[in-house]
Amino acid sequence: MLTKFIYLEWKSFTRSASFAQNLALKILMGFLILYFTLVFLAMGIGTFYILKEMKLEPLVTVNKFLVYYFLMDLVVRLLLQAIPVMNIRPLLTMPFKRPTIVHFSLGKTMLSFFNIVHAFFFLPFCAVSIYEGYDIISVLIWGTGLFALVYINNFLNILLNNKDSLLGIFLAITVILGGCQYYKLFDITNYVYPFFEALFHTKWAFILPVLVLVGLYFWTYNYLKGDLYLDAGLSAKNDIAKTENLTWLNQFGTLGTFLKNDIKLIKRNKRSKTTIGLSILFLFYGLIFFTANSHQPEVMKIFAGIFVSGGFLFTFGQFVPSWDSSYYQLMMTQNVPYRGYLNSKWWLIVIGTVVSTVLASFYLYFGWQVYLTVVAGAIYNIGVNSHLVLLGGAFTKTPIDLSMSKGAFGDKKSFNVNTMLLSLPKLLLPVLLYWLGSFIMNPKLGLAFVALAGVLGFMFRSSVFSLIEKIYKKEKYKTIEAYKQKQ
Amino acid sequence: MIQVKNLSKQYNGITVLNIESLEIPKGQSFGLVGNNGAGKTTFFSLLLDLIQPSTGQILNNEIQVNTSEDWKPFTASFLDESFLIGYLTPEEYFYFIGDLRGQNKADVDVLLAQHEEFFNGEILKNKKYLRDLSKGNQKKVGIIATLIGNPEVIILDEPFANLDPTTVNRLKKIIKELSDNPNITILVSSHDLQHTVDVCDRIVALNKGELVKDMATSKETLQELELFFAV
Repeated sequence: MLTKFIYLEWKSFTRSASFAQNLALKILMGFLILYFTLVFLAMGIGTFYILKEMKLEPLVTVNKFLVYYFLMDLVVRLLLQAIPVMNIRPLLTMPFKRPTIVHFSLGKTMLSFFNIVHAFFFLPFCAVSIYEGYDIISVLIWGTGLFALVYINNFLNILLNNKDSLLGIFLAITVILGGCQYYKLFDITNYVYPFFEALFHTKWAFILPVLVLVGLYFWTYNYLKGDLYLDAGLSAKNDIAKTENLTWLNQFGTLGTFLKNDIKLIKRNKRSKTTIGLSILFLFYGLIFFTANSHQPEVMKIFAGIFVSGGFLFTFGQFVPSWDSSYYQLMMTQNVPYRGYLNSKWWLIVIGTVVSTVLASFYLYFGWQVYLTVVAGAIYNIGVNSHLVLLGGAFTKTPIDLSMSKGAFGDKKSFNVNTMLLSLPKLLLPVLLYWLGSFIMNPKLGLAFVALAGVLGFMFRSSVFSLIEKIYKKEKYKTIEAYKQKQ
Repeated sequence: MIQVKNLSKQYNGITVLNIESLEIPKGQSFGLVGNNGAGKTTFFSLLLDLIQPSTGQILNNEIQVNTSEDWKPFTASFLDESFLIGYLTPEEYFYFIGDLRGQNKADVDVLLAQHEEFFNGEILKNKKYLRDLSKGNQKKVGIIATLIGNPEVIILDEPFANLDPTTVNRLKKIIKELSDNPNITILVSSHDLQHTVDVCDRIVALNKGELVKDMATSKETLQELELFFAV
């Protein structure tokens, strides 16, 4: 029985889209995975010594902040970790016992990347602790307790998964607790930290999380088992639809028609909503570079400028025309000139960039120079990068399943190195221009160069569009073919 | 209206469609029958420039479909669910198509009112997105959407599949009415010989990509077709 399941899993793994890519990309992916593994390992080992360097007791400090670690873990899981319920459907009528199916599905979630990744941090940390003379048994017990907590989060995510509002609540709790701690109003760590200490110092405390874990497993098991019907847990939720006419857009003609559609696309699909959420996160990216105590090189500031205003461009624009992949054949047979279609997407990107730039005005707090950097980035985004993403779109042929919420970053199937490689020229050129300007005179000239490149791009818009249109037409058949291959 | 010359399509050296010559005059209702893999959908996809021909060409109203896009304004089609936009309500979808075909909301509403019976109360004002409709209801939306904007060529792939018996009869009525209009050329494919014979003036049978039968519909047509497809 189990071998059959494993056989299915193996097939689904090896036949996923990311494996079907060509060899060069596979090698690149391999390097990326290796790189991130090493980074996490270094973090796990490094934390111990860095804390020691800072004259802090490593274990105590880690214990203090573990509560935030696990809260954030839960938030990330709710946002990204998908539960494999849909693959259960075809198994229901086959001669598998229902408990077997549930146990297997739960077991599968336990092997998820979201659980394994913690091992990269905790295992080296434990190893270093033992090496540095901490009591072996205590460290092992402590580690066991923590992993029980990791898996408690895993099952909590399953139980809480269908409730969208919870994500906001947990995020709010984390932010409020963090804020209270920062402003010294209330320190949650004082209350929770004795528990983590007890995991280490007593021989019995670790049983508590383990027991909770076992309890949660059976709760989840019963929850899923009772729901293993097409009209219960396995049903697709239907939203209540409301017809919106958005008549105010009619004045823009064909452009308005497409914009109406794109607004509905963004509002009504999980995947695109996640994208908007991510592009809001991009707004805060600049904080890493612009705050007083950042150690980033001067020239990288423009990098931040591009990202702050370009969140929407990078997360949404990147996947034009894949957003329309599920009905691409319709678009190709309707009375739609390619130019009109591209033009509407371009305007959408421009609107997104302008809105981001306005929202980013809080960077004025760091001075005019900083906000000018953001504005210069925005001009470059509108003039050059908007065209580059549309151009790149002609070659990105991964269909998007709009109903999947957890796909923007986390889904290994839609992870695409192509799109990452395409991002590079969008970022390197402005950095180069900025550096050149700063080198010749000062950063202000650098900003002027970047903005000028944007204006130039905007002036040549018409001919650039003709070029993009030509490429789209050339790629049309390949694109249709690729979009037909649903995953 | 539609001329096909030396049309062929090959995948990896295997010919899936090969039509030397075919002419569909204006106003005809044209039925395409054949087994799975006979090349029906391939032919329609070629006609709509969704795939490239290996050889030959198709002219739609004197316009070569794979070199110019000028056939799009007067050609409407529904091949499968990938012609629907899942996150729209049926109304929004109809208005969207209407916008693209130069019809305002009132024009579309008039057309929808004519087909209330066909919708059977399951489509309009139902608070559902297209993605949440059943296959049959999705098909109803797709078929009626092709009628928006008075197209001169209408292409329907397997319109009878997934529909309930009552709706099939209503659809037959709609297609017959369309074929009475001398300006509308309608192309329908189906597995169901009876339905095709009922609504089409002319029937062409494909087998493994080759055109094997071409006949005007008469009393004997159904018998002849059944004989041809008999096991």
